[in-house]
Amino acid sequence: MNQESLFAIFINASLINNFVLAYFLGICPFLGVSGKMETATKMGAAVTFVMIISSVCAYGLHALLVSIDAIYLQLISYIVVIAATVQLVEMFIKKMSPALFRALGIFLPLITTNCAILGLALFQTNKGYGLAQSVVYALGAGIGFTLALVLMAGLREKLNFAETPNLVKGTALTLLIAGILSLAFMGFAGLGSN
Amino acid sequence: MKEAGNTSGQTSGQKMLLTMTGIGVFCALMIVLSYQGTLPRIEQLKAEALEKAIFKVVPGMESKRTFRMESDGSFTEVSGKEKDARLVYAGYDKEGKLVGVAVEAAGMGFADVIKVIYGYDPEKEAVVGFYVLESKETPGLGDKIEKDPNFLANFEALDVSLTEDKSKTKNTVVAVKHGEKKNNWEVDGITGATISSRAIGNLLGTSTAEMAPVLHKNKAFFEVKKGQ
Amino acid sequence: MSQLTKDKTGEGFWGNLANSPSTNEFLKGLWKENPVFVQVLGMCPTLAVTNTAMNGLAMGLATTFVLLMSNILVSSLRNVIPKQVRIASYILIIATFVTMTDYAIQAISVDLSKALGAFISLIVVNCLILGRAEAFASKNTVGKSMLDALGMGFGFVIGLLSLGAVREILGNGSIFGIPVFPASFQEWVIMILPPGGFFTLAMWLMFFNHRKQKKAAL
Repeated sequence: MNQESLFAIFINASLINNFVLAYFLGICPFLGVSGKMETATKMGAAVTFVMIISSVCAYGLHALLVSIDAIYLQLISYIVVIAATVQLVEMFIKKMSPALFRALGIFLPLITTNCAILGLALFQTNKGYGLAQSVVYALGAGIGFTLALVLMAGLREKLNFAETPNLVKGTALTLLIAGILSLAFMGFAGLGSN
Repeated sequence: MKEAGNTSGQTSGQKMLLTMTGIGVFCALMIVLSYQGTLPRIEQLKAEALEKAIFKVVPGMESKRTFRMESDGSFTEVSGKEKDARLVYAGYDKEGKLVGVAVEAAGMGFADVIKVIYGYDPEKEAVVGFYVLESKETPGLGDKIEKDPNFLANFEALDVSLTEDKSKTKNTVVAVKHGEKKNNWEVDGITGATISSRAIGNLLGTSTAEMAPVLHKNKAFFEVKKGQ
Repeated sequence: MSQLTKDKTGEGFWGNLANSPSTNEFLKGLWKENPVFVQVLGMCPTLAVTNTAMNGLAMGLATTFVLLMSNILVSSLRNVIPKQVRIASYILIIATFVTMTDYAIQAISVDLSKALGAFISLIVVNCLILGRAEAFASKNTVGKSMLDALGMGFGFVIGLLSLGAVREILGNGSIFGIPVFPASFQEWVIMILPPGGFFTLAMWLMFFNHRKQKKAAL
């Protein structure tokens, strides 16, 4: 259905239409855990990981729903599958690699209510991507999310040492920086087309 | 102790399962009911929107007939909507004379797929109308393709005339930078919406290159009145 | 406040805790605990769809509806749902009402569902709704939960509307589609683009910070 090349999809999802800075998806963790570089990187990795898995699940699920002609169950089945996936991934990591679990542990439950994951599943369905395209789309979106988070964390770490007016302290300052980052990312528009 | 713990675990497990099943059944019921309740209205609204768009892109049109395009390039008249079929809509004036054919086309834009409908006049061999059916282009920039009067003026008479043997279009429709339009098969782009206007140019180019010769060939077929 | 707006319904359905008049459940969401400006919850729809006042209003009302229905259901089932599976049940309930809202909006207007697009579906993961179900509806009576949902919902509407209005006025020179500036006004296109969303919300938060600091200084 959709003929886009994998490279174009990747560039599109990670830079041009960055999930956080252009679609405003996953703003909650973006504002919440972008205080420190280390946590930001880990959160980004965890989200990318879950994104790829749930993207594959959503692809299979959509095919199933279409075949039994029950497309109206799409939203509810997506959210259930994502919640279940996060749980399974959590258990799996706990068993296989306790070190990784300790690093990612607290972030995994948070991911269920990260709109970026559900948004990704819905967008890939809307765009009619195939399996390979979906996976690349998820990878691009995850890397884009990580990039935004890491950039933000870097800026905020530096700003801790700067004097800021009382008026903008807190979320307002983070939002202002996010706005400037979003402006910068608009410069990527046109990249990869032609 | 151990056994007691197990049984209580089981009963609560059963209760959990029961509750979840109950809620699941209730939810599924609600969704199915609301889906079926709203379906006719949604389809009607969509059909109305399409109808309005068809009459918009073919000027002077008073009545409509729907045709399905077959894989061999011929057309069959159909009534109403058909799933997974390529449909074109022929428009007629008061006297029943063919004034144009509305064709749907789609292509990749900046953010997502753009779906448009355009009117083709086989007499003038030109695109005579254009309307964006679906687009998620950036509000304020890319969505100018829907409203910018200078841009829309391109499609009042966009030349897609055919070569001598009527097998293909002489020139392919293409978008150019704003203010650089020299020929009337070029689409004058929008500053600040370069990618979106280029996408429109490309999708119209592809679609007209394919459809214009076919539609022109079947001009006589569309003109035949019903029942003849 | 509680002196001025006396609880007329008294005990029973609307709750019987004398020290928390039910009007408070409603009013707290509007201002003191406003979900957008004070709690900064549910940011995705807040920023994504507020490029015009109309879209903001529609999104706010849709969210209010889902919040109200899910709060009613969650609080009436609060003694039935086992603790271990409560979050899963809440998500199921919320997803159901969101799907229903999605179809309702499609049935109301093609243009509106085009403008709001996939963001209606994303109400499911709006932390505000799950947050109210967990923090309030699972512990309170149906009546109080309804008031809480309405208060929070309208607070959300106010938030979305004030963002959408600022962005539409500056970015498009109009409000609810009606032009407010003379034709010579050059629109600040940036305001309806993504960065404008961040900037506008930051500006509102600064405004609230300013008020708070002024109050504290007094």
